[in-house]
Amino acid sequence: MRIICPNCGERDRREFYYVGDAVALERPAEDADLAAWDDYIHNRENPAGVTQDLWYHEMGCSAWLVVKRNTVTHEVLSAELAADVKGAGA
Amino acid sequence: MVDIIAKTPCEGLLPLTIGTTTVTEVPPSMMTSVAPYKGCEKALSTVLKSTHGIAAPAPGRATGKEGARAIWFGQRMILLMGPVPDAALAQHAALTDQSDAWAVVRLDGAGAAEVLARLTPIDLRDGAFKRGHTARTELQHMMASITRLGSNSYQIMVFRSMAETLVHDLKTAMQSVAARNG
Ligand SMILES: [Zn+2]
Repeated sequence: MRIICPNCGERDRREFYYVGDAVALERPAEDADLAAWDDYIHNRENPAGVTQDLWYHEMGCSAWLVVKRNTVTHEVLSAELAADVKGAGA
Repeated sequence: MVDIIAKTPCEGLLPLTIGTTTVTEVPPSMMTSVAPYKGCEKALSTVLKSTHGIAAPAPGRATGKEGARAIWFGQRMILLMGPVPDAALAQHAALTDQSDAWAVVRLDGAGAAEVLARLTPIDLRDGAFKRGHTARTELQHMMASITRLGSNSYQIMVFRSMAETLVHDLKTAMQSVAARNG
C-alpha cells in the first residue's frame, strides 16, 4: 500500500501511522447532546468500501492527512492535508 | 567541578570506508529550524534571500550551498544550516536552535545510492531524487532527513541520540554492497 503525500509524493505505507476515522475532524458543538458526543468518541462505521481515515506522516513530513481508500480493493483514492480539509492551517 | 568535554555526535565512530563508499561526519555548525507563521511564507522567503542569500526551498528541495544551506524539513518547516539566523527572520517564523539535536553525516562514493537503498524506502533513482532534492523519510526505524548533494554524495541526518545506530546501519549496508560487488 502506498499513499501519495501532498508534500512528499508517493511513499510506502511504513512511513505512516494510522490515526483512525476522519470523523475526528468533525468535533460536535459544545452544546451538542450526549448522543452526538457518543457518536464522535465511540461509534465507528466499518464499511466494506470507501472510507476516510486520518493518517500521520510520522516518518516523513509530519503532516496529518485525510486519506480516502477502499477497504475491499485496498485502492487509495486520495490524500489531502488535514490542515487544508479543516481550513485551520497550523 | 566536573570537566565537560564537547563531543560531536559521531565522535569515535567515523570516518568509515568500506568498499567504494565512505561515511564522514559533517563538522558541527549552527542549525536552526525555521517554521513560518501562517501566511508569512512569502515574507520569510524574501527575508531569507536578503539576509542569507538563500531562497526558501519548496517541499522536497534544498537550496544554498555548503556553509549556508536551507533544507526543506517537513510540513511548514525549513532547516537553516550554517549561518547564525538573522534576527529579521523571527518576525515571520518561529526559530528554534537545533545545533546539538542532530547527527549529520555524508555518504560519498560510487555505490552510495545502493547503500542507501538498503536502508530507506524512497525512490533514489536519478530521475526521481536529483542533486538538490531532499526527503524526510525512514532510515531503518529512524526518522531521517536525506539530501542529495552530488551524483554520488548524500547528507544524512538522524536524531543525535541515534548516531551510533545510524553508523551501525550504514556500516552493515556498506559491507553488504561491498560483498556483492567484490
Ligand atoms: Zn509527507
